[in-house]
Amino acid sequence: MTAPLLELKKISVSFEGFLALRDLDLVLNQGDLRAVIGPNGAGKTTFLDVITGKILPTKGDVIFKEKSLIGQKEFRIARKGVGRKFQSPRIFENLSVQENLALAVSRPKTPFSLLMNSLMVKNLDEIQRLMSIVNLQSKANIRAGALSHGQKQWLEIAMLVGQDPDLLLVDEPVAGLTDEETDLTADLLKSLAGDHTVLVIDHDMEFIRRLDCPVSVLHQGHVLKEGSMSEIQKDPLVIEVYLGKSEEEEE
Amino acid sequence: MSIFSTKKSWINLTIWALVIALIIAAPSVLPVFRLNLLGRYLSLAIVALGVDLIWGFTGMLSLGQGIFFALGGYCAAMFLQLNSAGEFPNGIPEFFGLYGVEKLPFFWEPFKSSIFTLISIWLLPAIIAGFLGYLVFRNRIKGVYFSILTQAALLVFFNFFNGQQKLINGTNGLKTDVTQLFGQMVGSEIMQRWFFWISAVLVILAWFFARWIVRDRFGNILIGIRDDEARVRFTGYNPVVFKTIIFSIAGGFAGISGALYTVQSGIVSPQFMTVPFSIEMVVWVAVGGRGTLLGAILGAVFINYAKSLVSEALPASWMFIQGGLFILVVTALPEGVLGWIRKDGLRKLLFLIGINKKLETYPSLEVDEQGEVKS
Repeated sequence: MTAPLLELKKISVSFEGFLALRDLDLVLNQGDLRAVIGPNGAGKTTFLDVITGKILPTKGDVIFKEKSLIGQKEFRIARKGVGRKFQSPRIFENLSVQENLALAVSRPKTPFSLLMNSLMVKNLDEIQRLMSIVNLQSKANIRAGALSHGQKQWLEIAMLVGQDPDLLLVDEPVAGLTDEETDLTADLLKSLAGDHTVLVIDHDMEFIRRLDCPVSVLHQGHVLKEGSMSEIQKDPLVIEVYLGKSEEEEE
Repeated sequence: MSIFSTKKSWINLTIWALVIALIIAAPSVLPVFRLNLLGRYLSLAIVALGVDLIWGFTGMLSLGQGIFFALGGYCAAMFLQLNSAGEFPNGIPEFFGLYGVEKLPFFWEPFKSSIFTLISIWLLPAIIAGFLGYLVFRNRIKGVYFSILTQAALLVFFNFFNGQQKLINGTNGLKTDVTQLFGQMVGSEIMQRWFFWISAVLVILAWFFARWIVRDRFGNILIGIRDDEARVRFTGYNPVVFKTIIFSIAGGFAGISGALYTVQSGIVSPQFMTVPFSIEMVVWVAVGGRGTLLGAILGAVFINYAKSLVSEALPASWMFIQGGLFILVVTALPEGVLGWIRKDGLRKLLFLIGINKKLETYPSLEVDEQGEVKS
């Protein structure tokens, strides 16, 4: 049995006494697709912050490819193969779609290389491939800020894939998307799993169901339950803290 | 397409020919006084280019470029003073005698070499900018805090230089116009003519250099840092390195600019490190067009020329006009004059006053083979 790609060991994060995460354990194996759900304030975004180095946990350890990520700078963690998509689309709005992707696929990511070398044919092909995956070929030279919300989400996902990370952390990829766009995004993420390990955070139950993957339910900073979507939905505890409440809200 | 591009290159060629002809002809057309002013303003365009790189592209508003500007000026002035100190007592610059200093301070020694001076004019400010910048950027100080910090640094340098009579003549500064270079007086007409040409050529070289920096992905990373630094980090780039490099380059530009300005105005003094002067540099770039390199050059040259013309006609009114210009640009043309023109501002204005018709185009639509708009 090979070692897991990512392992969170008893992670706790405390913001001035408030425990955002408490003894959180999570294991992801190579090629996994995993969804994480949880009510607002459950610590979903905080735990991505911990993995990507934005927040230092109060205690616990993050093991990625058998090495600890704790205390590493964000850009080093990114270079090691952790890619992150933010909750609201964060792209470089004043650059064109193509330029955005060029920054993602460039390697090595040093000032000297960016200044002296031009993009390799391999990279240019990769940019074309990424644009065709997310259907943005016709927008190649358009300023990214002029894209629609859904296209921005996709561009960010494409940039993420362009970084060629082993682990993709995707935070609410379908927020504000139309149903059709949501379905396409689900298919896209499913197709990325296998080659990559993908962790998706979202609220949208339909979307999670469509991903058809193991789900972890986060509640008050720790994992309440792990299992398939149908198992989760039957769990009385989960219904109480999360699903039940949301159904009430819908009524 | 090809006709268009050849037409465009012809226009480019014509503009360049015109610029070069103007530079060559200027000394024969302009009176010495005006030529000297133009030369100074061209040298200021170089520091403006640096401000544009760090502010317009990278989003770091430095209010302390005067530090590096003055350092370049002091390097040049120290060399010139030493170069013509032969006949003075102890063979050291005259002002030392006023304070009873008999031995040249150690840091003056290397400035006896012209090569050392030519290198240190840009390298010394660049190194200091890089060092200060690294400390600030490493601690993720940005935005307003960065601006305040640079201004504080400026005041520290200003006060330090002001107080060091025995080292660099303190508040009086170092005069260069009566010093000798190549057997000529630096303030002489022929030298000033050469300094004008050197300034003009260096502005062009600095422009090419800056353009090369921002042309491709390096420039895009700078813009990325300006717009969303965290995204740059999570894409795997280290913003600290990029910011340090660009701040260092801007420091080097400021140094060259300061040296050229010094030899053309005849003196370098701590006045180069006053707060208003460093803020003026930002105003030139804001008015000319932040993020457009040409805008920085034009802003520096035209605003300063306007300053001298207005000051001659209506003394004491310039500060009001400059302030008004700044407010106008910030409110009405936030991208500066050149940025506004490039964004079709002229046509929109003509439309507003009813001269021109609005164009019916929607540039980002793409049509497929059947003539239908792609989604």
